[in-house]
Amino acid sequence: MIAQGGSPAANEAPPTEQVDLRREFNEVGIGEVLDQLDRELIGLKPVKTRIREIASLLLIERIRKRMHLTSEIPTLHMSFTGNPGTGKTTVALRIAGILHRLGFVRRGQVVSVTRDELVGQYIGHTAPKTKEILKKAMGGVLFIDEAYYLHRPDNERDYGQEAIEILLQVMESQREDLVVILAGYGDRMEKFFASNPGFRSRIAHHIDFPDYSDGELLSIAELMLHDMNYKFSPEARSAFVRYIELRKTQPLFSNARSIRNALDRMRLRQANRLVADLDRVLTADDIMSLEASDVLASRVFIKGVIE
Amino acid sequence: MRVTQGCFSFLPDLTDEQISRQVQYCLGKGWAVNIEFTDDPHPRNNLWEMWGLPMFDLRDAAGVLMELNECRKVYGDRYIRMSAFDSSHGWESLRLSFIVNRPKEEPGFRLERHEVAGRNIQYTTKCYAVDRPEGGRYGAQ
Repeated sequence: MIAQGGSPAANEAPPTEQVDLRREFNEVGIGEVLDQLDRELIGLKPVKTRIREIASLLLIERIRKRMHLTSEIPTLHMSFTGNPGTGKTTVALRIAGILHRLGFVRRGQVVSVTRDELVGQYIGHTAPKTKEILKKAMGGVLFIDEAYYLHRPDNERDYGQEAIEILLQVMESQREDLVVILAGYGDRMEKFFASNPGFRSRIAHHIDFPDYSDGELLSIAELMLHDMNYKFSPEARSAFVRYIELRKTQPLFSNARSIRNALDRMRLRQANRLVADLDRVLTADDIMSLEASDVLASRVFIKGVIE
Repeated sequence: MRVTQGCFSFLPDLTDEQISRQVQYCLGKGWAVNIEFTDDPHPRNNLWEMWGLPMFDLRDAAGVLMELNECRKVYGDRYIRMSAFDSSHGWESLRLSFIVNRPKEEPGFRLERHEVAGRNIQYTTKCYAVDRPEGGRYGAQ
């Protein structure tokens, strides 16, 4: 007689013996979400690679669970670090979608908060406030933007510490109910983790968001315009390439967010230009295109000349 | 005597799993779930004390269960019930309520007969537990 391989969970529901990985992959439909991520988010290579890895891990984890090879729920808390406007919030929304499809969160909603919503103003105000938010986020993802504001090292009696303690406790004890994603600028998050080692050890995935290159920013601008049914004229496009170069050297540059704001201002100028000449007959093309003059009127160019 | 009020009270006590499923049903309908407690279970006592605020805008029952467990820690020796409030137009009232926690000993009620004019009798029900002051009615002291 040949000894059979030991089966650890013989008396439970029969474990699945073999799995068709492709079918499994298609069934949960994360391929779709990942493709969408590739299509709609420009650049961010390291982030996308990391998300793919996490998605694969979770898919395998799901199958392992069916085969009775694991019962532990993987730690899914994450931290996103990167400069402003690098797409941290957008990615958090997508992550929630992926986790929901794979069944690691039950509802898939994202509750996005900052310090104000978690920390109270007087003694005894913080705990109910934090719990309220946690309750709303249960079964989904809690996204804490600029998480380092929770900790104020200069003030011993700051109520932020209370919120941190409640968060840590729930992150540990209700891992199956809630995924917490912390986000913020790299260096300040580093300091935050250094002073709250409990957070670092409870977070499994640290993802760093790189800045966009000039080319990526241009593609982002064109994608945004396309979504709003606008387009650059060829001259406007080359003017905008110069705009990006100049804008990047100026202070308070926040990647895609700056681009969006710039586009909003250009739309304003375009509208103003069109309205200035009331006797003209406009075609759809006129309404849709942004001209070089709309771009070049920006403050950025004036400053560029002066400097 | 086992107090039977609200839904499911003739069934064995609900497990946490079952409570969570019921709460999820309420949340799915868009009702706000409340946790209430009392140590005066008289059937005409409608106004139980609330544990925290009504929980609006929740998506998942785990949050409610978290509060329930907190409440049990403090008032585990009293009656605790869940109620679900429907705020939609035309309803604006409770749609469901069920007991989720009860004291170990339930002494029950006595019936008092008042003889009034013309050999008439008026009846009053009184909870034995209420003879003791609030806070010490079930178990404690």
